[in-house]
Amino acid sequence: MADTMTTEMTHEEAANNRAMFGFWVYLMTDLLMFGVLFAVFAVLHNNTAGGSSGRELFKLKLALIETFLLLTSSFACGLAMIAARQGNKNQVLAWFTVTFVLGVAFLSLELTEFGQLIHDGNTPSSSAFLSSFFTLVGAHGLHITLGLLWMVIVMAYVLARGLSSSMVRKLTMLSLYWHFLDIVWIFIFTIVYLRAFI
Amino acid sequence: MKELLIGKLNWQALPHEWFTLGGAAALLGLGLFLIILITRLKRWKWLWKEWLTTVDPKKIGIMYFIVAGFMLLRGGLDAIMIWLQQALSSGASHGYLSSDHFQQIFTAHGNIMVFFVAMGFVFGLINFIVPLQIGARDLASPFLNTLGFWLYVGGVLMVNMFFLLGGKYAATGWLAVAPLSSTQFSPGVGVDYMIWALQISGVGTTLGAINFIMTILKMRAPGMKLKHIPLFTWGSLCSMIMAVTVFPLLTATLFLLFLDRYAGMHFFTTTGGGNAMMYTNLIWMWGHPEVYVLILPSFGVFSEVVSVFSRKRISSYTSAVLGMIGVSTLALSVWLHHFFTMGAGADVNAFFGLMTMIIAVPTTVLVLTWIATLYKGRIRFTTPMLWFLGFVGTFAVGGMTGVILAQPPADFQLHNSLFLVAHFHTMVIGGVLWGIFAGLTYWFPKIAGFRLNERIGRYAFWCWLIGFWMAFGPLYILGLMGATRRLDHYTNSSWQPFFIVALLGGLVIMAGVVLQIVQIIASFMQRRQLADTTGDPWDGRTLEWSTPSPAPFYNFATIPKVATRDAFWEAKQLGLPERKYEDIHMPRNTASGIYIAALAFLAGFGFVWHITWLIVAAMLGIVVCVIARTFNEDTEYVLPAQEVEKLEHERAQKALARHQDIHTDTFEEMGLREFVRVAIKWVLDVIRNKRWRTL
Repeated sequence: MADTMTTEMTHEEAANNRAMFGFWVYLMTDLLMFGVLFAVFAVLHNNTAGGSSGRELFKLKLALIETFLLLTSSFACGLAMIAARQGNKNQVLAWFTVTFVLGVAFLSLELTEFGQLIHDGNTPSSSAFLSSFFTLVGAHGLHITLGLLWMVIVMAYVLARGLSSSMVRKLTMLSLYWHFLDIVWIFIFTIVYLRAFI
Repeated sequence: MKELLIGKLNWQALPHEWFTLGGAAALLGLGLFLIILITRLKRWKWLWKEWLTTVDPKKIGIMYFIVAGFMLLRGGLDAIMIWLQQALSSGASHGYLSSDHFQQIFTAHGNIMVFFVAMGFVFGLINFIVPLQIGARDLASPFLNTLGFWLYVGGVLMVNMFFLLGGKYAATGWLAVAPLSSTQFSPGVGVDYMIWALQISGVGTTLGAINFIMTILKMRAPGMKLKHIPLFTWGSLCSMIMAVTVFPLLTATLFLLFLDRYAGMHFFTTTGGGNAMMYTNLIWMWGHPEVYVLILPSFGVFSEVVSVFSRKRISSYTSAVLGMIGVSTLALSVWLHHFFTMGAGADVNAFFGLMTMIIAVPTTVLVLTWIATLYKGRIRFTTPMLWFLGFVGTFAVGGMTGVILAQPPADFQLHNSLFLVAHFHTMVIGGVLWGIFAGLTYWFPKIAGFRLNERIGRYAFWCWLIGFWMAFGPLYILGLMGATRRLDHYTNSSWQPFFIVALLGGLVIMAGVVLQIVQIIASFMQRRQLADTTGDPWDGRTLEWSTPSPAPFYNFATIPKVATRDAFWEAKQLGLPERKYEDIHMPRNTASGIYIAALAFLAGFGFVWHITWLIVAAMLGIVVCVIARTFNEDTEYVLPAQEVEKLEHERAQKALARHQDIHTDTFEEMGLREFVRVAIKWVLDVIRNKRWRTL
């Protein structure tokens, strides 16, 4: 099946096809890493070592705003991809700019939350619960940061070289990555934040 | 200020014990020797252009073999030191090692053998053979491949860095079990060196595995369906799918251990609500599948070897493939058998015990498939076949002791005993390592262009087989007598004879290793007579034998069309198709992999010694390198059809000339006595005529 497909494709198409497949496999490995962090959080979330629990520390409203920011950015990213397939360079740039701004807003809210917690003395080394909380949410934040960096590079790319087929492939990878982080965040929102208030 | 500049580094970190001094001298000596040699030969440019920056999977494979070979000697030396200590340290005598040093040795031995010997050889074999077997010219991502290799080299350097700076390796056992590996109980940098050695090479493994999966699933020759791919490729595919499944767990787990140690967090600590058993769970979720990651390619090698040297198709391709898939699926749900004594309760233990026993089923299916292939075959007892036969018997014993250990009640007695140590060495040496040796001997003509000396190869095999059972047979018995693993001293002097026999066995194995080195040198000396001019020295069945030996950098001048299993065998029966040359797309060499891996090494070094500026600078450097690489669109070039034709023509003429040069009737393979005679003569000649000046 796959082999007959690749022979009918041009050299470049085949390369793009392989790269997309490889990127999916990479995303699955990343998902497994998050899986470990979620499992660790599940095991440790009650081990507060006499400190505050999630219910006392989390602000649900803030987490909800973060969620909407990230979901909207994913939507903008989707619109950018539609524009990319149509070959509309200006729209691609515009929608990725919206994605980027929303992503930065999400990240700054998250950093504010972290800053507030640490300022109040609830640091990652206070308890096993906080260690796993900061690591899980922080790992997601780190991914977002790298995604934002990637977005800037890709936009510079589009600006300089236009929308070639390998460029659209790179954009597709970025959008997959961004949606992937969105899905991970949904689980963080549910398992870390919402569950604390049940 | 000093803290800022060099972190926790200080004068005490310089080597000052005999073993760190020795190790540092050996490392620096080897480095200096290589530098002088290459400078003398004026080979720096060649080395950089042809080898270090290469993206050719065949060359990368050879570099894996070289590094892994050196690490085999390094880890083997550790093994001899362990055996010697245990043979001496009975009753009143305490041997020649302190207990702390002894612990470091067995930790380093485990890390090196698993991550840098077995993984290195496995990745080398897959690199070299898989593209040739599936009729591909390259891997899906040549860049990821060189990056993966250099990250592996970064890990190799990191695991040996303690010789030069820090003076201590981890003394925790190869998995750095918590809470022993926390800063509370292991305050030095040893554990940090281990974490970063495994972390750097582990990322390389994940990237490499993704690459091989892409290659096998997307780059097969036209017509080659999954049901046609050779069994070594099947073994590699199963192995690599397992690797991408479990290596992320290792990366995440070691990252958490790092956070515990570096940032004072509480994942696996005894304080702050940490849970040490969680570490044991997580690390074995990776650790158990890891041994299957190693052994599946060896299963593939044996499938090829047994079929070619019995001159028969594999008796049942389907059951071999299903066996491999079965092993790799079940292997993901047995990890808890490493710690039945945790106290998970009877039902959990029963589940994992049963799963462990069930995994013997697909393994047995594989073994029976190989044995059935021998039946009525025309067997040739070449060295790869000898390794296979040695493996079958040894592996059967290992499998049966595994089933004994799989039963929780028995395991409560045998847990952490030498019986266990003997069991897993039976699997890893008898299964993984001998599979690698069989593969290296079998494919050596394809790799180097000449066959290996069979005579000395047979001596080496017998040394390994006899040495192995001398060394590990006593450990089974000692384990049943109650000897636990990792003992640097014991008071029961009735154990000592067994330990002495084990040491002697270790020395016999060492003789086998020396013979293997002699084998390679002796074959090189007779490379003209042993040359493989046809590209198909064993009357092979799979596509790699349809290429000339050594294979050209583009692998196939014409991509073969495949319609059946054993594609090359079928083609030989039906007559080879005519060649039609076409333009070939080839990847350009790149140094990005080296740069990124070097920066990753520096970042790891910064983390070990808490040098913040180095960490930040190296990380930024990695980001810049990656960006630069993605901006570079000129990563390929086209080799025109006429050029391919010319190269093929030249090669064919050379092969013909060499073929006529060989007088097979008068040629005899060099024996040991002959080798020693020639070697002494050569050394005398070098000294007398001062040939080293021009060397």
